[in-house]
Amino acid sequence: MEYFAKKYQVIVIGAGHAGIEAGLASARLGCETCVFTINLDWVGNMACNPSIGGTSKGHLVREIDALGGEMGKAADANTLQSRILNLGKGPAVHSLRAQIDRRLYSDYMKHVLELQDKLDLRQGEIIDLKKLDDGTWQVKTHLETVYTADCVIIATGTFLSGKVYVGDVSYESGPDGMFPAKRLGEVLKQLGLPTRRFKTGTPSRVNRKTVNYQKLEIQNGDERIVPFSFDNKHNVQNKLPCYITYTNLDTKSIIMENLHRSPLYGGKIDGKGPRYCPSIEDKMVRFAEKERHQIFIEPCGENTEEMYLQGLSSSLPEDVQIKFIRSIPGLENAETMRTAYAIEYDCVDPLALKATLEFNDYDGLFGAGQFNGSSGYEEAAAQGLVAGINAALKVLGKRPLIFERSGSYIGTLIDDLVTKGCSDPYRMMTSRSEYRLLLRQDNADRRLTPIGHSIGLISDERYSNYLKKLDLIAQEKERVQHTVLSPSDELNKVLVSRETSPVITGIRLIDLLKRPQLNYEILTNYDVDRPDLPYEVFEQVEIDIKYEGYIKRQQAQVDEMHRLEVKLLPETIDYNTIIGLRLEAREKLSKIRPHNIGQASRISGVSPSDISVLLIYLEKESKK
Amino acid sequence: MTDRTTIAAISTPMGTGGVGIIRLSGENAAEIADKIFTAFSGKKLSDSEGYKAHYGRVFENGKPVDEAICLVFRAPHSYTGENVVEINCHGGIFITKKILRLTLENGASPALPGEFTKRAFLNGKLDLSKAESVMSLISAQGEQGANAAYNLLEGSLSRKIEEINSVLLSSAAHIAAWTDYPDDEIMEVDTDELYNDLLNTDSELSKLINRFDSGMAVTTGVDAAIVGKPNVGKSTLMNLLTGFDRSIVTSIAGTTRDVVEETVNLNGCILRLSDTAGMHDTGDEVEKIGVKRSRTKLERSAVVFAVFDVSEELTDEDFELINLCKGKNVIPIVNKTDLIKRADISIIEKLLGKCIEISAKDGTGYDTLCEKVAELVGTKDFDTTAAMLANERQLICCKTAHENISEAIQAIQTCLTLDAVGVCIDGAISALLELTGKKASEAVVDEVFKKFCVGK
Repeated sequence: MEYFAKKYQVIVIGAGHAGIEAGLASARLGCETCVFTINLDWVGNMACNPSIGGTSKGHLVREIDALGGEMGKAADANTLQSRILNLGKGPAVHSLRAQIDRRLYSDYMKHVLELQDKLDLRQGEIIDLKKLDDGTWQVKTHLETVYTADCVIIATGTFLSGKVYVGDVSYESGPDGMFPAKRLGEVLKQLGLPTRRFKTGTPSRVNRKTVNYQKLEIQNGDERIVPFSFDNKHNVQNKLPCYITYTNLDTKSIIMENLHRSPLYGGKIDGKGPRYCPSIEDKMVRFAEKERHQIFIEPCGENTEEMYLQGLSSSLPEDVQIKFIRSIPGLENAETMRTAYAIEYDCVDPLALKATLEFNDYDGLFGAGQFNGSSGYEEAAAQGLVAGINAALKVLGKRPLIFERSGSYIGTLIDDLVTKGCSDPYRMMTSRSEYRLLLRQDNADRRLTPIGHSIGLISDERYSNYLKKLDLIAQEKERVQHTVLSPSDELNKVLVSRETSPVITGIRLIDLLKRPQLNYEILTNYDVDRPDLPYEVFEQVEIDIKYEGYIKRQQAQVDEMHRLEVKLLPETIDYNTIIGLRLEAREKLSKIRPHNIGQASRISGVSPSDISVLLIYLEKESKK
Repeated sequence: MTDRTTIAAISTPMGTGGVGIIRLSGENAAEIADKIFTAFSGKKLSDSEGYKAHYGRVFENGKPVDEAICLVFRAPHSYTGENVVEINCHGGIFITKKILRLTLENGASPALPGEFTKRAFLNGKLDLSKAESVMSLISAQGEQGANAAYNLLEGSLSRKIEEINSVLLSSAAHIAAWTDYPDDEIMEVDTDELYNDLLNTDSELSKLINRFDSGMAVTTGVDAAIVGKPNVGKSTLMNLLTGFDRSIVTSIAGTTRDVVEETVNLNGCILRLSDTAGMHDTGDEVEKIGVKRSRTKLERSAVVFAVFDVSEELTDEDFELINLCKGKNVIPIVNKTDLIKRADISIIEKLLGKCIEISAKDGTGYDTLCEKVAELVGTKDFDTTAAMLANERQLICCKTAHENISEAIQAIQTCLTLDAVGVCIDGAISALLELTGKKASEAVVDEVFKKFCVGK
């Protein structure tokens, strides 16, 4: 029988990467919060690859950390191997990526939630969600327990009406054999949320003892490890390597001969799959000229022999999978422990959301993570953090916090989702940010920690450490301005060896650091008065100096856009009554309901004249 | 939007009037005008008080272009409430455009549709009750501008821009794929190859910009289309207006299968005239394409000559044409007045306005038609600057793209990392895509997934 159990301020449905950050942010900002999960043994489950970070995703994790989120710390505490990708391609695209001990990560996150003040973590499938007459939301678990809350954050990942496909076998399921959230899926539809079907997939896992390492290339971690967290207190070490192998023509012919047995090619799956995460059969079909595809073999943990086969996502039948896996060098005798599958799930059209991730039409209801049409742990966590912060701010009666696209990848991600929408699961990429020379992973703290501190997610202690770092950066910049290196044969020899011109008179250190061919390290012996500072300080100074012109240029673009971002569009605006807006603009604006003029200007189908009309309208209203 | 910038536009109708006015508005209006105008008195406009007129000459690179009178207004005592300079020069498309171009080259931005009025409103120069009419005006002008820009997108210039853009897109996509998917065996970006591509693009863009300046790429006049069902005499009318046998005329319906174009000067109004294929349902594949093009022409043209055959009763095809013409600047023409009248032209007049009766064969009615064109095109409401403005904006886009490419080249020359090169290329793509409204980041991401096998 149904019974009322407790009233919360914020309820989070789901304890995946989005739900965790949402719950923690809300509780840390002082709201009584409850996080529900369908299976308490898999909080923060990495249902796909056992790694965190990567290009632009590493940026997201650093940003989450700079704002006081948990993902970076959890990754640092459970790292198996750490690498910075794209070294040599420029600081804007340097990206941190770490292999993670999957089970330990989950335990860590569960424990953090358990210990968190004002937060309850409960096992329970939410089967009903409705708005009560007093404006609060009510949820009901499968055990008929009723809870209420001022705000509810939906972070259901791939659980919502999940359905798994392996060849011609299919069944209703969440990821990793967990229950799907079927009843909630139906309820959300009835509630009128614009839901749709997306699809994703994961490759097989094989047993390490059945892999022949003699035939594999080894990939080790970096010698100098950069942790994700700016506030890291763990000793991050490389513990296990990854391996590389390749598919061959045998693999290809096995796949091509069995293509008809794939539910994707057989037309059984309607869900839209991610473009960036194609199944191996997709890759073989679309890029038929490629003779081989690279496969990474990644460890899932120190206490397990499971190995993840990155690059072999598939929804072909199990027998075909086993056959093609064994056609690959090193995997000839591989024993599959989990079979690759495709999973189809319900998610929502993110155009229905505000930049706070609250629904336009459902006061107090928020969405985060894969439920919003994105993909990836980091994208999910970023949205969870933003939804959690804004749900809490709403409960506390404070102004919402909107992340500008020019200030972070988090802002870019959300702006893309709620302004442009997505037709396949959205993955972050560095090329999605027009401001990427500014939005680097190395300066995430300089961009966001003041914001994290101002809302109360960054402690005073951490903030004062951050301010000290800023001081050191300023002092060191001052020093390189005024330090003059005198010309010497040795110095000139080094300069010439780096293919840059020698010096005849004394030269300021800053002018040498400006040269792309030079850096702090090369100049160590000639810069005799260099203070002993943390690596991060030198890094900031060097990037600021080297890229000054480009950074200034991007900053000017940001300032220009910012002028439009501060012109807010009231939520109550009725676009149909504004004279002079074109029909298409009216429809788009009414649907997307941009938060400000800047966002409106990014909507496809809204022209510069429409923007002018809106500016005049705002002016007129303000004078009324 | 652009309220920090100084904007410029031609504020008199395009045509061969006696006087043309180029208006500058914004903080640096006088300073920009000073760069191209020298008063005979030697006084600088930037030192001038408001409400003063200065007689002098407009110069381009030290060479006089035209004599002109500049009126100076000082903020807030001007139409827009900002500093304003109005350059009064001799009328005519060539001179006014040249002077506008000079202002743009010296720091002004082309005014957006309705921008002077918008600024006037935002600066409190128009009372609140005007807000809605300002909004309608901006909207209308924006629509016209958008149509004009759309026209340009079809031209050879746009094809060139597209060509340049596609080279940039593949470079940008390669850099993006290579950096966003470092584990995916993407071929390393060859800096020498990239450098060469960028140098080529740089020179292509320079050429394009020079062509703009010499006026070769700039089209002038008003787009006009001759439309009608088959065999009403469209081609005969075309030949009458062009003064020579531009279109092939036979008694066989459907002779003109594609659009035939020619620039004509009707009493000083320059028309880019298109003779189109007769509009009707046809099974002929070639003719079908022609008919489709005719419709497009009709939609995109600023002036439409809708031709009807007076010697036959009106058919469904005629009525369909009337429908298509609604809301356009249309001149209904009833042709073949040398034959017996069978059509009830009062129906046409009720729906499209007064008909011009002509016999294209012997030239009767030619003068009346010219007068009608002048009346329509010459009026103040008819904003032919829209097309030109779109053209100017295209030039600005090309220049912005060019600057970005130069910076990208410089980044490679100074051995900076490819991330810096990448954002410059993105900047160039965004500039070139501006008229289509698509953003570089989306275009690049789409290109990455199309061309590269990436992802786990």
